[in-house]
Amino acid sequence: MPGLTLRHVARVVLLLLVSALFAYVVASKALDPRAYFENRTPRPPASAVDHELAALGLDGHRPVLARFGHWAWRALHGDLGRTLDGTSVNAEFGRRVGVSVRLLSVGTVTGAGIGVLAGVWAAVRRGRLPDRAMTVLSFLILSVPTFVLALLLKDGALSFNHGVGHTVIRYAGESTPGRGGGFFAQLGDRASHLALPTATVALGSIASYSRYQRAATLDVLNADHLRTAQAKGLTPGRALLRHGLRVSLVPMTTFFSFGFLAVFTGSVFAEQIFGWPGMGSWFLEAAQKGDVNSVVAVSLFAAAAVILAGLVADALLFALDPRVRG
Amino acid sequence: MTALRSLSRSPAALLGLALLTLLFLYAFAGPYVSSWSAADIDYTALSAPPDGRHWFGTNRIGQDVFAQTARGLQKSLLIGLFVAVAGTVCAALVGTCAGFFGGWTDRALTFLVDLLLVAPGFLVLVVVAPSLRDAGWPAYAGLLAALGWMVTARAVRATALSLRERPYVAAARTMGVRPLRIVRRHLLPHLAPFLIAHATISVAAAVIGETSLSYFGFGVQPPDVSLGTLIADSTNVALTYPWMFFFPTGMLLCFVLAVNLVGETLRGRLDPVAAEVHA
Repeated sequence: MPGLTLRHVARVVLLLLVSALFAYVVASKALDPRAYFENRTPRPPASAVDHELAALGLDGHRPVLARFGHWAWRALHGDLGRTLDGTSVNAEFGRRVGVSVRLLSVGTVTGAGIGVLAGVWAAVRRGRLPDRAMTVLSFLILSVPTFVLALLLKDGALSFNHGVGHTVIRYAGESTPGRGGGFFAQLGDRASHLALPTATVALGSIASYSRYQRAATLDVLNADHLRTAQAKGLTPGRALLRHGLRVSLVPMTTFFSFGFLAVFTGSVFAEQIFGWPGMGSWFLEAAQKGDVNSVVAVSLFAAAAVILAGLVADALLFALDPRVRG
Repeated sequence: MTALRSLSRSPAALLGLALLTLLFLYAFAGPYVSSWSAADIDYTALSAPPDGRHWFGTNRIGQDVFAQTARGLQKSLLIGLFVAVAGTVCAALVGTCAGFFGGWTDRALTFLVDLLLVAPGFLVLVVVAPSLRDAGWPAYAGLLAALGWMVTARAVRATALSLRERPYVAAARTMGVRPLRIVRRHLLPHLAPFLIAHATISVAAAVIGETSLSYFGFGVQPPDVSLGTLIADSTNVALTYPWMFFFPTGMLLCFVLAVNLVGETLRGRLDPVAAEVHA
């Protein structure tokens, strides 16, 4: 077990380092922070722009790898540099990371949880109405691009609120600014803001999880060990829960890490469309401005999140399948 | 051939093919039927609802929504086709080489694939696409193809690994047939149905990628239009002027749905466990 952990840590560090390098080089080559300064009025002289860029560590005259080395050394000491506006990337990161983590975790858990349950249910009811309806529904959902899904949900909420004559579902921001009230009023406010972004992120994963889980459960339903369990006197439901579900979840762990990529992309769209001040909307703003340091910071967050999802998938596999523990 | 026969037997796939034909007709023949082009501005009809003159209505500056949607759809269809072909060829090459040759070729290629899979593709697109602005939409198509072949390559590699051990491949090798010839004669025909299914599904992924990119302002730039920019421009007025939003969005949904209907039918007959990343 300690050997396994050490290998995991080494792999995580290597992957983070390589993705930081990749993000830094791609962002430095593709983005042009000069334009941000040159577009000011009055137009500053080139030497002044050079000076500002050098202060941010974005000096175009130095080789990319030297700049990366400098950035990485600072980053290892816990300083991710400055944004184009001169504010600290760390501070901005701290302000936004909570928002994204909340959306990502709620989205992942609802997506995987409901998806798995729906898949099992469809498999048990195979060929009957609920199964057919769910197959069609998940197929339709998977054919809607995530940003269109978000827009449709937003329009739906607008029409719904209009119909009810009262703002029930909120679709802008992640809390009502300046709202007082007790803990429960706050909680209700947050929940009404959370509903649509979470649905945007989770609906796609519910659809894809349920299809894979349905296939995995169907495989297990005919397995010998399940028949044995029933022969010993377990009801079909109990046998499936105790002996079938666990086996059918094993292949789903591989899908978990893939599925997380889709959840992450979906959360970027949801943040931008619903006006959440999270990492995703920061990324889009920074890419537009040519803010290399911010782009690299969010990329690092993305890599860390994806790697973490991979580790969670490994841990789930470890917990589910005794053969892996060796 | 069996793949084609299975298509003609499935009503869902036939529906998909019919939809695709209609969309192709609309995108490429539509502009000749209509008297408006995508760039024309009709100052007498601003934000006009659909009528006999403007079949899909006009937008806020008086451009014909029918012509603009056709223009955007053309781009999506071409991008989808290009990415499907280029991405599938790339996946087939990398996957068969990794699986068939094994050893360090396999290790290097697998590492490359894993590395490219760690980055959420959309983030890379957002950063890289604006610097290709001058090259226009073919550059976006190339970029989408470069970011979309990895999952397929993995699946191809796994199949190639198992095919390599088949007796007839071993026999060919013992007889001294050259590796590339074995790949061409014995591996690719086996992989073909699988590759066709994945190519179909990657059409949908590519079109979704391009429209998302353009929606957020990182892809196709005005005055050129894409379904993504059309949807973005009309989002705020979707409820007041529904035709501006409804037609481009509807065409996009129809297209993805049609491609998925065909792709799923093909895939369902072949390989129920193949993983896909839905962005």
